[in-house]
Amino acid sequence: MGVSGAVGTGVRTGSRAHDDRDGWGAWDDGPLGRWERVLDGVRAYRMIAGMWIRSTMAYRVSFVMTTIGNLTATGLDFLAIVLMFSRIDRLGGYSLPEIAFLYGLSAISFGTADLVVGSMDRLGRRVRDGTLDTLLVRPAPVLAQVAADRFALRRLGRITQGLAVLGYALLTLDDVHWTILKVLLVPVTVISGGAIFCAVFVGGAAFQFVARDASEVQNAFTYGGATLLQYPPGLFARDLVRGVTFVLPLAFVNWLPALYVLGRPYPLDLPEWVAFLPPLVAAGCCALAGLAWRAGLRSYRSTGS
Amino acid sequence: MRTKLLRFGPDALGKAGVVGSGRLYAAVAVGGFRRYATYRTATLAGVFTNTVFGVILASTYTALWDERPHLGGYDQSDALTYVWLGQALLTTMCVMGTGFEDELIERIRTGDIAIDLYRPADLQMWWLAQDLGRALFQFVGRGLIPFAVGAWLFDLTLPASPLTWLAFLVAVALGALVSYSFRFLVALAAFWLMDGAGIVQMTWLAGVFCSGMVLPLNVFPGVLGEVVRALPWAALIQAPADVLLGAADPVGTFAFQAGWAVALLAAGRFLQAAATRRVVVQGG
Repeated sequence: MGVSGAVGTGVRTGSRAHDDRDGWGAWDDGPLGRWERVLDGVRAYRMIAGMWIRSTMAYRVSFVMTTIGNLTATGLDFLAIVLMFSRIDRLGGYSLPEIAFLYGLSAISFGTADLVVGSMDRLGRRVRDGTLDTLLVRPAPVLAQVAADRFALRRLGRITQGLAVLGYALLTLDDVHWTILKVLLVPVTVISGGAIFCAVFVGGAAFQFVARDASEVQNAFTYGGATLLQYPPGLFARDLVRGVTFVLPLAFVNWLPALYVLGRPYPLDLPEWVAFLPPLVAAGCCALAGLAWRAGLRSYRSTGS
Repeated sequence: MRTKLLRFGPDALGKAGVVGSGRLYAAVAVGGFRRYATYRTATLAGVFTNTVFGVILASTYTALWDERPHLGGYDQSDALTYVWLGQALLTTMCVMGTGFEDELIERIRTGDIAIDLYRPADLQMWWLAQDLGRALFQFVGRGLIPFAVGAWLFDLTLPASPLTWLAFLVAVALGALVSYSFRFLVALAAFWLMDGAGIVQMTWLAGVFCSGMVLPLNVFPGVLGEVVRALPWAALIQAPADVLLGAADPVGTFAFQAGWAVALLAAGRFLQAAATRRVVVQGG
């Protein structure tokens, strides 16, 4: 009861800012209208996420425990890599710090996307049980509502774990000749990578409008993608690397910029400047995901129950 | 409530009830199978995801065994077979949870469990039958295709003898039994903890790590390796894999799995008795 009340008030305040519009007509407005609509979405997102954070913080011990659990759970795959390196010195020609560098970048980017829009994989369930209809009648962008739904602050665990592994990598990498360009590239990579993964989540959610029960397909690209990027590209079949470079451009999340920083050869004989493309690729992915989302939402037919 | 339990409990059915209850549990198992078989799109989606993860893991294991051939007594194709068996058995063994335990915990939390305890069926047997039905479906529905794709894409060790395959199936069945017995214990903990989220998460963690999903248990170094190979999770994936790959003596493996199954089922019995006798059921 308190939960829906909070959303109600929040949204009402949000729409009062420009009450000349009902939020739906904004689709066809000029660039200014679209910009306002984005701000509107961000405002709604902040309010819904804030509400979920407050509700989480009502059970502080539970929050601390689940965050630690999340951190440990996401640390298991790094533990597996450490265990591997207890038996070997190099994997695919890469040392442990180099793999930790790839791992840290992948984990932080994926963790950020998971925190921001990770709840979107529940969309299929909402379509199935008809609760999506509730979101459609609220005067706030549906994308913001779905993304902020059940906002789980415990997902900070994965980001923290990624930061720790990246920190370990930066402290132990000794063959890297750091330049200003390389130093700047690291934060740019993390932000662009997060945006690319966000686009994958949104695109996956759009797909769930069509295939309601197929939410697990998305895991192959989100969790699977994040796992893939933890290892050097040389380990994987050429066609797979080609697929994640040109079709679903996950290679730009961390592989290409990280290989530039590490001074390692690129896969597929790509030119050196591709390391600087992640922001552009991220923008392109987000635009495509936005279009897919819009198409999915427009094709939505309620279950009618 | 105790008097009702005595009147309608399975013991009261007597000898004539044995055949009847056998039929009952068979029907429950069929129901468990059909319940999961209903969601075909979800099954296909799961098969796809297992296959993608299989390809990723198989690629990393190839690099690992390139570096250290015969690591843990496996050669490269043994290791790849292990990867694909892991993907095939992942849902069968409920390594990452989402089996009956979530439902049972919810029933304990809401107090619906009181109705279950009135039923003329034993709680542990009822859920066992349901879970074995589920396991059979997920073995066939979600296990076979990823394994076949793995065998097509990679060079796997596939034994020629049908006896080995039969022994493998026995090991899978025993593994499913151990998996169930353990998760039943976890679910019953909700009688005392009320909120099962924490313990389910711990079980998930332990399951993923100790079952050999992240790395085969025979690759774990030193004492850590000896410990994880003795724990019940070793019965889920490592044991069937070792039987199929001929890396372990089937009889000894069966004994290991059956030992854990009996111990955990007995513990479940004990906990069930304690829970129904001492704990006040939640709810209105």
